Amino acid sequence: MTDGWVMVIGLEVHCELKTTTKLFCGCPNMFGNEPNTNVCPVCLGLPGSLPVLNQKAVELAMAIGTALNCDIRPSTFHRKNYFYPDQAKDYQISQYDEPINVDGWLELPDGFRVGIERAHMEEDTGKTTHVGATGRIHGADYSLVDYNRSGVPLVEIVSDPDLRTSAQARAYVTELRSVLVATGASDGKMEEGSMRVDANVSVRRSADDPFGTRCEIKNLNSVRSVGRAIDYEAGRQIALIESGDRVMQQTRHWDEDAGRTVTLRSKEDAYDYRYFLEPDLVPLVPDADWKAAVADALGMMPAQRRARLADLLSDAGSVTDARTEQVATVVDLGLDDLVVEAIAGGIPTALALARTANEAATDPEAARQLDTGSYVALLSMEAAGTLSATQAKTVLAELLAAGGGDPSAIAREKGFEAMSDNSLSATVAQAIEGNPDEWARYCAGEDKLAQVFIGQVMKSTRGQANGKAVVTELQRLRG
Amino acid sequence: MTPPRSALDLAAAIRNGEASAVEVLDDYLAVIDAHDGEIHAFNLVTRDAARAQATAIDQRVASGEHPGLLAGVPVALKDNLCTRGVPTTCSSRILDGWRPPYDATVVTRLREAGAVMVGKTNMDEFAMGSSTESSAFGPTRNPHDTSRVPGGSSGGSAAAVAAGFAPVALGSDTGGSIRQPAALCGVVGMKPTYGTVSRYGLVAFASSLDQIGPLTTTVADAALVFDVIGGHDPADSTSLDRPAPRVLSVLDEGIQGMTVGVLTEFLEDADADVVARTRQAAEACAAAGARVEEISVPEVRLGLSAYYLIAPAEASSNLARYDGVRFGLRVDAEDTTAMNTATRSVGFGAEVKRRIMLGTYALSAGYMDAYYGQALRVRTKIIEGFARAYRRCDVLLGPTTPSTAFSIGAKVGDPMTMYLSDVCTIPTNLAGHPAISIPFGSGDDGLPVGVQLLAPALAENTLLRAAAVIEAAAASMGGSRS
Amino acid sequence: MDTPRLTRDDVAHVAGLARLHLTDEELDLFTGQLAVVLDHAADVALLDLADVPPTAHAMAVTNVLRPDTPGLTVDRAEVLAAAPSVEDHRFRVPRILGEAP
Repeated sequence: MTDGWVMVIGLEVHCELKTTTKLFCGCPNMFGNEPNTNVCPVCLGLPGSLPVLNQKAVELAMAIGTALNCDIRPSTFHRKNYFYPDQAKDYQISQYDEPINVDGWLELPDGFRVGIERAHMEEDTGKTTHVGATGRIHGADYSLVDYNRSGVPLVEIVSDPDLRTSAQARAYVTELRSVLVATGASDGKMEEGSMRVDANVSVRRSADDPFGTRCEIKNLNSVRSVGRAIDYEAGRQIALIESGDRVMQQTRHWDEDAGRTVTLRSKEDAYDYRYFLEPDLVPLVPDADWKAAVADALGMMPAQRRARLADLLSDAGSVTDARTEQVATVVDLGLDDLVVEAIAGGIPTALALARTANEAATDPEAARQLDTGSYVALLSMEAAGTLSATQAKTVLAELLAAGGGDPSAIAREKGFEAMSDNSLSATVAQAIEGNPDEWARYCAGEDKLAQVFIGQVMKSTRGQANGKAVVTELQRLRG
Repeated sequence: MTPPRSALDLAAAIRNGEASAVEVLDDYLAVIDAHDGEIHAFNLVTRDAARAQATAIDQRVASGEHPGLLAGVPVALKDNLCTRGVPTTCSSRILDGWRPPYDATVVTRLREAGAVMVGKTNMDEFAMGSSTESSAFGPTRNPHDTSRVPGGSSGGSAAAVAAGFAPVALGSDTGGSIRQPAALCGVVGMKPTYGTVSRYGLVAFASSLDQIGPLTTTVADAALVFDVIGGHDPADSTSLDRPAPRVLSVLDEGIQGMTVGVLTEFLEDADADVVARTRQAAEACAAAGARVEEISVPEVRLGLSAYYLIAPAEASSNLARYDGVRFGLRVDAEDTTAMNTATRSVGFGAEVKRRIMLGTYALSAGYMDAYYGQALRVRTKIIEGFARAYRRCDVLLGPTTPSTAFSIGAKVGDPMTMYLSDVCTIPTNLAGHPAISIPFGSGDDGLPVGVQLLAPALAENTLLRAAAVIEAAAASMGGSRS
Repeated sequence: MDTPRLTRDDVAHVAGLARLHLTDEELDLFTGQLAVVLDHAADVALLDLADVPPTAHAMAVTNVLRPDTPGLTVDRAEVLAAAPSVEDHRFRVPRILGEAP
């Protein structure tokens, strides 16, 4: 579809900040409450009310700027004037020509750096529900407004137009999401609207051509829709140009169900926002000490955390593509501390990584809460052969469900430790007796026939045996 | 018994049991009942709530408590100050019937100081005007001559104090809206330094210029009320974080050794009788030991133009929220845009519409820098001009208004002429400085003249010491009040 | 800076931005009145102030912040009682013509 064409993509990501209260008032910043209960004169835009800036929101914005390698600058707030019923004051307070964070970058896992133009603070709007046959704005009979979200703090992160493929755009959103979670600024819940993405897309025939006319696509609420929408939109633009038409500068809406973008408005409808400095707020001028304090409080970012695990893998001499994938997975899910602790506790690197990326990752929420001592104890039992892989996974599931516990006690309850060395020897001996030819060939050096005996032992123990321990026993008997 | 007229004396008498707050209130309510039908200073008299407050003050006095600096003093509030559960209209149809769910910070502070709220006063709609004629509820009349305007926009507050409806009123001053009506009604009106009195709960006109202040019969009362309502408020980001003002205690210190600059630009704009009174006030300062000199600050001439770009620009944004969605008037229509438009077209009067359009134009694409941006640079020039003057002078003196009260209807058809009546008051708002209008005799028409003192930011102490000297001179001259 | 004279079309455009409906008579009246004010402001527009920084706040204050601790919310019944139209605890508005700009 895009053969011979190059896409140019820039993304604007709105991130709701995880504060206790709203950006300019003390109302709770909380999702899912009864409508119009988290409101006060300020976020309802009542006459006479005045905004006062939330310090925590500023610090989270600074943390985001720090994590994205931005310059943190003296900044101001403006009023963006437009009438809309979800905008309580009929203007939005937003940073405009003097944003707090400028000129940064984000490095993707493959090493590609995406420029960050700015990351600025602004307030969210209320939420409108459309009542009518369609449930959408078009064809609605009337609408209802809930101002609980009005004034919730947002940071808008604007990338440079550095992205060239939809896969890269997806990688950027995924990585940015991890960074935002790592800074503590966001819960990263795209499905709840904590992160909302707009994409600016244009196409050109070659990387040497100037940028084509771009369209802005709104309403991208998952990493998947970011990729789909960009591919659709690029295809639409290419088809237009190839049929001799022109791309018009437009704002377009992504229809997830229909899998296409539709026109919202054209450039000619550009609204005159009459930006001017918000007279009810004063400039924000973070000094060096404040910036340093925010930077010091910042934990490791995903890229550093991946590098930390990659170093451990490399030390262990066990780098493979699959394991690099596992590293990305555990870092993305915030489970890398578990892996590091396990390795520090003497667990083989590959095992620590595999159990975390494959099993712990099935319930990341629980895994992040898991008592690391229990986790390390469990993996030690598996590494020592006391538990088989299958048994270890079963015990891990129990640990995750309970948030911790004594793995050996759980193993005992499950009857796993009945599989003592003596009974394993007996079972292996039985398997040898039943397969004399294979045993002879195995003794002659056909190592792969170990699988036959492992299979037999597993069968008779219903999978409770430890494969490694079986091999050890076979080797012992072979002498 | 005729109550003592000043708030200071009233509060003292009530605190030491010589007068009861309820009796004092009843005396004032009787004057309101007798005369407000004609004057129309009030949009609403909160009789029952006032009586309940006064009763509570009397009980606190009886039980030996200290009921506050303004114990039992009746206070009238401009109707752009939010009062919880009490209609706050800004004299606009668009807010008719709106009852705020909260009190303005100044209202809370007055209550905590024992003041008794007697009602909400008429004003130019959303404080936009200089005559109180743009009120949706009809004009207020000047108690000195009911065919004349009381000035504006705090015309109801000025008339209430002048007519003896309350010893104290609060107003708001964006371009002279306290001082100009104070001058025309013959009362004291003070605009404090921007940021010294919280704007939380003041319905905004032009946020970077609005400031709440007192209208009183004496300079000492202005100091007293400023001491009560001033001081830091964390709910207003532009509120200055400094200790609460203590002006009353320094009032009597005189002006010996101060330099008073008579601002020539203001004299050039004023009528001869007003200029004559201003010169007399200057002589009074000299007699009190100040050095008096004429000083020119040419930049103030640019004030009017800058003001009529900045204030409407901010107002156009501040008044966007009156959209018929959350509170106040709604005029129904097919869709939300049409509903917004119908509501605003019916709900706002002509002057408000004019200023919203002026401000929208000044901010709109293509004109932003030529108008609004340029006006902000002029503001810098005005501040620099004043700074130069204050290197030589402690305070500046001039007329508050170019002329005495004009006739109702005289300027309604000609906005620019109306705007020119603010020419002497606007520059201090642009600079954020404090200023005060003190009644000083009368003009050739027998109507009150106000002289204005200006001081650098936060120099309220100096300002009010000088004001007290001029007030004393006016009293010895006789006829400062008719 | 030179500023063009205000036209009737300008006033109509601005009225639309400000969500005000003006009758033809009001359009004529306001065009004349606003043009007078803007003419008066031309003295300001013509000054050469390129080197003068703008003053948006008279008092230079920075970093006014509040702690991230909950304040008082307003009772929903009181808030909704002030509204012109309410349904299902939400503010009801007539149909909306398009997405937010």
